[in-house]
Amino acid sequence: MTTTDQTPEAGRLKPAELRPWWVASGILAVVVAGIAGLVLGPAQIGTWDVLVELVDRLPFIDTESGLGERQQAIIWEIRLPRVVLGLLVGAMLATAGGAYQGVFRNPLADPYLLGVAAGAGFGATVAIVSGLGDGIGMVDPIPMMAFAGALVAVVLTYLVGATGGRLDPVTSLVLAGVAVASFFTAIQTFVQQRHSETIRQVYFFVLGQLRTAGWDEVTLLAPYTGVCLVVILAVRRHMDTLAVGDEEAGALGLDVRRVRLVTVVAASLGTAAAVSVSGLIGFVGIIVPHTIRLLFGSSYRVILPLTVLFGGAFLVAADLVARLALEPAEMPIGVVTAFLGAPFFVLILRTTRRSR
Amino acid sequence: MTAIACRDVVVAFDGVEVLRGVDLWVPPGGWVTVVGPNGAGKSTLLRAVGGIVDATGSIDLGGRPAAGMTRREMARLVALVPQEPVIPRGMRVVDYVLLGRTAHLGFFEAEGAADLDVAVKALADLDAGPLADRTVDTLSGGERQRIVIARALAQESPVLLLDEPTTALDVGHQQEVLDLVDRLRAERNLTVLATMHDLTLAGQYADWLVMLDAGEVVVAGSADEVLTEEAVARHYGARVRVVPDEAGPIVVPVRRSGSDGI
Repeated sequence: MTTTDQTPEAGRLKPAELRPWWVASGILAVVVAGIAGLVLGPAQIGTWDVLVELVDRLPFIDTESGLGERQQAIIWEIRLPRVVLGLLVGAMLATAGGAYQGVFRNPLADPYLLGVAAGAGFGATVAIVSGLGDGIGMVDPIPMMAFAGALVAVVLTYLVGATGGRLDPVTSLVLAGVAVASFFTAIQTFVQQRHSETIRQVYFFVLGQLRTAGWDEVTLLAPYTGVCLVVILAVRRHMDTLAVGDEEAGALGLDVRRVRLVTVVAASLGTAAAVSVSGLIGFVGIIVPHTIRLLFGSSYRVILPLTVLFGGAFLVAADLVARLALEPAEMPIGVVTAFLGAPFFVLILRTTRRSR
Repeated sequence: MTAIACRDVVVAFDGVEVLRGVDLWVPPGGWVTVVGPNGAGKSTLLRAVGGIVDATGSIDLGGRPAAGMTRREMARLVALVPQEPVIPRGMRVVDYVLLGRTAHLGFFEAEGAADLDVAVKALADLDAGPLADRTVDTLSGGERQRIVIARALAQESPVLLLDEPTTALDVGHQQEVLDLVDRLRAERNLTVLATMHDLTLAGQYADWLVMLDAGEVVVAGSADEVLTEEAVARHYGARVRVVPDEAGPIVVPVRRSGSDGI
């Protein structure tokens, strides 16, 4: 085989990578969902007025949207922080789900696999029943306790999983997650039953919501989400290598333990931060990466960056449904994502079976 | 200098010794095939040399002790073609072959144009260029074996470990794959350590054979020295006839019962 034979091949072939229009469609989804999130709501504000108002805040541009102070406040202090929070939480949960699916080679892995949700639920319940939830000083104790509970649960899962003995590391970690999650759920349920007067408040946390009191939650969450997403995206190539199994990936020169540890730490930390402000929003971590996989192929180099964009857009859209479907009452967003997620699950199972 | 030097290699699983003090040398550019009955420890020996299972004793690769090498260093010295490679659903062939570049990339580094050239060259060397855009789970057994070898070539390691490379193939594809490996060995000056079940093919392609039984080397040497009717009878519990041939001894099984002594 001579070099001339290979040149055309080499010129045409490319490794799996993002195509510009895929990224553009993800950005478009974020923009459309974001604008819808700013425009729709009980107070009527026109799309054009919202756009002009946004442009007005750009540096060196001075226009007049004609919006009153109250309408401006609705956009900047109520709707925009909620949209941004939706983008952050959606991106984080979806990407953490995709990352878990990659490192555990399990299509049904979700961000709560290692006990994050049960730990956060327990932490939030303790904060609520102990009366801390009514607020002391500047810090809202519910997210703090939820975050702490989530981290304790994941660390416990990792410690238990490391003693897995004869089992392979993936299986023992997943089983440890099941055990720790059940344990925390049991204590959480017990504590909740002993304090029936706060059940409603706990219930709302468990179902998830994106209610914000302004930009506090966003500034709390953004650094975690940013760092964790960057780390996960930086190691996404290794998830394609892991697709051939731990043993072959190791023989190819990959430090499998390191990849799994880095990914699990980033995904768990990001998830813990997200659920501490949003509550336990389910299914996002499964719906989004699987849709991307069906549409754009199986390489994690492609799946994960698109999951960041579409995950954020999806949660903002789900939040709109949660806000508007039963207006003026608000549905828990976890109900919306699960309502869409359950049928989607069935679809995934069906298509997976067909293509085998 | 030897490409592979194993001294007193012992591998134990749950306290049971699967390899019991194996010595093995492979010179650079040589081809050694390990034969032996099922459970003799052939694959384990290969996996020990590839650093996938823990072994005691000493294993030197290219004159350096393998103990203490990182996974990356190992993968730059030995490339393994597993007996039953995992075929990831939906992965394109070119991406699969590019996995062979893992040991040449930093932890946060993506493959570049040079890596792609290596992968394309590896596919071309195996006459598998046209497969590059297919997905790996749509390939036939013979095509699959070639792209797994292409991935190993993309590692650019001087040593190739082949674990039963022909088991899943028909006789035509068996010869094709072994001829390819032999050609690549010459072109790229590779050292080959293989395991095989087919004794005739093993003898025809390897420079030297090593027969393992119950985790120990029982015979080693040229094909004529190793593939004797007595050795196969004793260690495989098989009745065979060995027919001399210029390409190497041909080992033919002979039916045990109902035959009136052919």
